[in-house]
Amino acid sequence: MSMIQPDDLVGQTGTVVRSHPVKKILKNPMGLASVVVLLFMVVLAVLANVLAPFDPNFADIGKTLSPGDAVNILGTDSVGRDVWSRLVFGARTTLLSALLCAGVAIAIGLPSGLIAGYYGGKFDGVSNWLVNVLMSLPGIIVLLTVRAAVGPSVWISMVAFGILMAPGYFRLTRTAVQSVRNELYVDAARVAGLSDATILSRHIFSVVRAPIIIQTAVICGVAIAIQSGLEFLGLGDPSVATWGVMLNEGFKNIYLSPVLLVWPVLAIGLTIGALVLLGNAIRDALEDAEKIKAPKRGSNTAQAELATTRHRPERTISATVESGTEHHLVKVSHLGVGYPQADGSIKKVVDDVSFHVDRGEVLGIVGESGSGKSQTAFSILGLLPDNARIVAGSIQFDGKFTVAPTEDRVSQARLSEFRGKRISYIPQEPMSNLDPAFTIGYQLVTPMVRVLKISKAEARQRALKLLDDVGIRFPQKTFDAYPHEVSGGMAQRVLIAGAISCEPDLIIADEPTTALDVTVQADVLDLIRDLQKRLGVGVILVTHNFGVVADLCDRVAVMQNGRLVEDGDVREVLRNPKDPYTQKLLGSMLEGKEPMTMLVSAGMTAAEAAVRDDESDEKELAQ
Amino acid sequence: MVSFILKRIVSGISVLVAISFFTYCLLYFSSTNIARNILGEFASQEQVAAKEVELGLDRPLLVRFFEWAGQAVQGNFGASWFNSEPVIGAITTRLPITLTLVVVAMLCITIVATLLGMAAAIKRGWIDRLVQGAAVLGDAIPDFVLGIVLVAVFAINLHFFPATSSISPDAGMNAWVASMTLPVIALLINGVASVAQQVRSAVIKQMERDYVRTLRSRGIPEWEILFKHVLRSAAPAALTVLSLKFVGMLGGVVIIEQIFALPGMGALAVQSTSMGDIPLVMGVVLYTVVIVIIVNLLVDLINGWLNPKVRVS
Repeated sequence: MSMIQPDDLVGQTGTVVRSHPVKKILKNPMGLASVVVLLFMVVLAVLANVLAPFDPNFADIGKTLSPGDAVNILGTDSVGRDVWSRLVFGARTTLLSALLCAGVAIAIGLPSGLIAGYYGGKFDGVSNWLVNVLMSLPGIIVLLTVRAAVGPSVWISMVAFGILMAPGYFRLTRTAVQSVRNELYVDAARVAGLSDATILSRHIFSVVRAPIIIQTAVICGVAIAIQSGLEFLGLGDPSVATWGVMLNEGFKNIYLSPVLLVWPVLAIGLTIGALVLLGNAIRDALEDAEKIKAPKRGSNTAQAELATTRHRPERTISATVESGTEHHLVKVSHLGVGYPQADGSIKKVVDDVSFHVDRGEVLGIVGESGSGKSQTAFSILGLLPDNARIVAGSIQFDGKFTVAPTEDRVSQARLSEFRGKRISYIPQEPMSNLDPAFTIGYQLVTPMVRVLKISKAEARQRALKLLDDVGIRFPQKTFDAYPHEVSGGMAQRVLIAGAISCEPDLIIADEPTTALDVTVQADVLDLIRDLQKRLGVGVILVTHNFGVVADLCDRVAVMQNGRLVEDGDVREVLRNPKDPYTQKLLGSMLEGKEPMTMLVSAGMTAAEAAVRDDESDEKELAQ
Repeated sequence: MVSFILKRIVSGISVLVAISFFTYCLLYFSSTNIARNILGEFASQEQVAAKEVELGLDRPLLVRFFEWAGQAVQGNFGASWFNSEPVIGAITTRLPITLTLVVVAMLCITIVATLLGMAAAIKRGWIDRLVQGAAVLGDAIPDFVLGIVLVAVFAINLHFFPATSSISPDAGMNAWVASMTLPVIALLINGVASVAQQVRSAVIKQMERDYVRTLRSRGIPEWEILFKHVLRSAAPAALTVLSLKFVGMLGGVVIIEQIFALPGMGALAVQSTSMGDIPLVMGVVLYTVVIVIIVNLLVDLINGWLNPKVRVS
């Protein structure tokens, strides 16, 4: 259990994460500093007998509170004991007691956490109750009581504190084990006939090792703090030299010799600080390692290819001259979107994309994931992530630039005039796009109150009407419901209602049916088509599905690797695709498949289809 | 909702009973010399024996515990064995000082940490680095060490504040502020930093959620998204840390009160445990546990109010 010693610690992390993070910890200035400080303290503790010229309790009554000299390099305290010797022996007692505390906590928390997490059941219930009891106890009060019962022993109070700290390890282990228990490889090991003990030690222990080392660094710090605190209160064992006892001694003589306080404060502060910093450094090192392993944003072959054509951050202002001659509802000219990389280059995800949409028209943007179609849509909405840059081109909405040819960001000020009012958005994943903390009604009413400046009561009337319009059978019930109380199809209807609530001119729908059941998909598409016809709005429909395009769109733009490879009239493109990529997409789409529209039986209207959808929702609501 | 609160109260009471019993057992072992301690070293053997009978120290543990518990249930916690001060009275005279310290510190932590954490999450840049660095520093310095340094620098060297204070509940506002400022600072520094860190990461996590983008697309002003939606969803994580901080602070305040010589609950705890004054110790422990249980219940209720999903289940 000598986990506190840095050399030991380093060795252990090494096995967990394959030597990589150890270097990272030592390269991190904070990590290196903390390792150095801890090593120094460990050397003090180990070599105390050699380094200290006096016994820590040897008192020279004739020489009290003296400043440092050749014999007593740090001076003496109020009864003439050598401060340096006490500091050195104090390091030993203090570090050992911290280790004892961590050891006890691990010995209790780790096995119980393993068992509770792996087997669950009654043991889990009982230990959780115990953990809650332990965690609601303020440590000092318990230790005061323990001291009253068994006397002022550093070791006993540290054992008691170790018990109090065990829940930390218990929870950590239990959570880790629970998350691993049902992983496939553990199942596989079980099927392969490995015993529970083998599984626990081989697969699960390796998962919890790293967090436990971090936790141990933190706990050792807390143990030193609480122990010093107790001794500072004068409740420690006065015959044992520890930093806390020295702190007490110094505080008593704060007016006579304030320097007596400096050394224990420094020792305690430095050690605890080093432990906390080491914990942080280990965590950072492990997180970095994970980051490298984790796939980069939207990484796939398409983007990997794009990444090879990296550009310097400068904007290309070329080819923006011809924009603005003809008037469209939205006009995207030579748009380029990129993300700055760590090496200073910019990785383009959208490159030289131009198209336009007019009122009453549906444009489909088709492409596989990573083709840049969603990034294009978000540029129009001004909802790109913070680190995105417009590297080229411009966007005009109703003749006004929301991205002017020289800007590298979407102008939020200019766009806020339009967004929500004239441009609206239907997202892909219905459930995650509603705030779970607010009712559906609230989320429909507020935008109308803010954007249309109408009263809440009026907005409420309109919201109920809208819910009815999008085919929800019991608008009031849905209005009052929270998002988690409705089905995905219903949530998507709510989002569509929200999108049309402020009478927009342009709706941008980002894969509005991908996350839905196949039957609901057809209903939602019908709903969008109905609304588009009725309201005469322009629609940009982002999708990977040519079936959807064939069903809904007037024109289509095909994107691949961030570029526009083909665009034109839907019938034209479908009948006579020119680009090989379009041909490939079409080929993969239509072979042996029925068009989407066939799923809705002939003559069935959107409203009828909605009723069907709602019936299943009704059951959910009723529960 | 009502059944949830009832459930929590029942489980709170079970914790309370368990802890009282455990504490009583522990203290049983400390009660060997109490009668002698009370009477002084010159008391005769007979006097000591008589005192032991009077205090009930001669009877078995379980009998004593149930006798104490029977009285306690009726609201009678007895009196100090040493100075006959009623336990309730001893606690109520000291509670205002401790509660003022802890509540003021917690309020400051909540407000300052929320603002700092949000600023760090939204503005990033220097304020983010400041919060991150401060969080590490705050974790690294124990609050009582900070308290000692504050006393040494601001009270003893610079004389800005009284180093020690003996305030009474009826002292004027100025006296309270003067003697509370440093201890509150010592208590809150550590909490501000680590709670701000928690708020920061929770806010960053929420800002990346899909619904935030959708709210923006609906034309909701940015400040409303931040303070109404994001903060609300980020709050439970911060509240959990706050409640843990609170429990820690009930312990930390013991030492802080000692440093600043404040006659609060901490002083009472130290004094009663070091003398083995069982009725007082039991009173102090019970008061602490009850406060912790109430705070945890409040946190659960607030979380339920913030998150409708929790409310249902």
